[in-house]
Amino acid sequence: MTEEPTFEESLKLLEEKVELLSRGDLPLDRALAVFEEGLALFRRCHAILSDTEQRVTKLVAAAEGLTEEPFAVE
Amino acid sequence: MDPIALTPPPRPAVSQALTVSQLARLIRETVRANPVLGRILVRGEVSNLQAAPAGHRFFTLKDSGAQIDCILFREDAELLGFELEDGMDMVVSGDVDLFPRKGNVELVVRAATPAGVGAFWAAYQRTRKKLAAEGLFDLARKRSLPSFPRRIGVVTSEIGAVVHDIVTILRRRYPMAHVIVAPALVQGPGAPASLRRALAAVADRVDVVIVARGGGSLEDLWCFNDEGLARAVATCRVPVVSAIGHETDVTIVDFVADVRAATPSAAAELLSPDSVELSARVNDAGRLLAEEIREILAVSRARVKGLGERMSPRGLRRSVEANRARLQQIREALTDFGPREILRHRERLGTVGRRLDLLSPLATLQRGYAIAEREDGHVVAHAAEVDVGEALAVRFQDGRIHVHVNEEAT
Repeated sequence: MTEEPTFEESLKLLEEKVELLSRGDLPLDRALAVFEEGLALFRRCHAILSDTEQRVTKLVAAAEGLTEEPFAVE
Repeated sequence: MDPIALTPPPRPAVSQALTVSQLARLIRETVRANPVLGRILVRGEVSNLQAAPAGHRFFTLKDSGAQIDCILFREDAELLGFELEDGMDMVVSGDVDLFPRKGNVELVVRAATPAGVGAFWAAYQRTRKKLAAEGLFDLARKRSLPSFPRRIGVVTSEIGAVVHDIVTILRRRYPMAHVIVAPALVQGPGAPASLRRALAAVADRVDVVIVARGGGSLEDLWCFNDEGLARAVATCRVPVVSAIGHETDVTIVDFVADVRAATPSAAAELLSPDSVELSARVNDAGRLLAEEIREILAVSRARVKGLGERMSPRGLRRSVEANRARLQQIREALTDFGPREILRHRERLGTVGRRLDLLSPLATLQRGYAIAEREDGHVVAHAAEVDVGEALAVRFQDGRIHVHVNEEAT
């Protein structure tokens, strides 16, 4: 299973879409598609920035090896 | 002389005599059964140090009034973190035992730490020189930190303020990172091995590791001068940030870490791109995206201007409708971010949404407009460019048709 693109990757891709559009040599149809892809990335970056709550876990030794359990931080 | 001493001792009865082995075993059992003699701490000066071929160390621990033989087995010697030398003032921990073959009582040393500032300093300098000579502190081998770590490992005590300090910073600046705490002992004889285990366990799961400890005495921080731990930090598969003690404390681990931070909070800041800056970067990209598409649409419109009037609008309605719907979706996408967004984001989005309204020329353009091209794909911008009899392609949203020019422009 591939992981969801990270914020970093999404932001980089978004900036690539802008770069692609700014070259100005795309056919209109392709430009629109690039714009829509960029828009999706823009929304994704925004969602990550606004909604992320920090995950904190702790490594614990269990019978089947190491596992992680939630770690409460005041 | 005491007259009683003149009385001859009782003659031993052979049948009651112990063998030497039995006596040795008796002493051994007595020593082992005495809880005071197990897990004992003893301070003294190392002398007569000998390294056996098998890797064990034999030495005598002495003070001005007494001495006792000591043995340090190879596996414990390897965990020590430094080499014992004659003259070192040490605190050792271990168990008293008797070795029947030699018949003497020995201290089986499990761990040792230098005693007193002078001894600490000397051991520290030795380890530091050794690792420096091997190049472990070289700047060339320091790795740069990931700019957007997805997961951050924290090797530290799970009690105490370190985790709290780190998470407080990350929550404010970089909440998208997942923090994985790998608990470890951060002082005492078991700390170096515990820290190494925690580091090894967490390194496979994260992009970067913080090895941290709050402030403490020289003795408290001693485990971070451990040679084995220093080597583990140097060979860790991801970059390591050290944040040990106060800013004035510099341990061997600080020297081998890829980056040394003054405090755990500072380590967290080093690893967190500021989310306010990130917001600005995202919004800039969004704004540019809208500007670029507007520009592209404006250029497209200019290209077809003048030709469009000569084109028949028939057959275009379907594609126009489709593209209108597409544009409408884009517009809604940009304006419908909703009330969950914080105000700054909303304002930025409002800007983007307004810019998107500028896209509307496309809808107009598509209502019956098309692009004339030459066979090589070049856009024909002016009627005067075209000669009678020339073949052109006219591009619609849903495909091309080929046409011949019959008349000169009027």
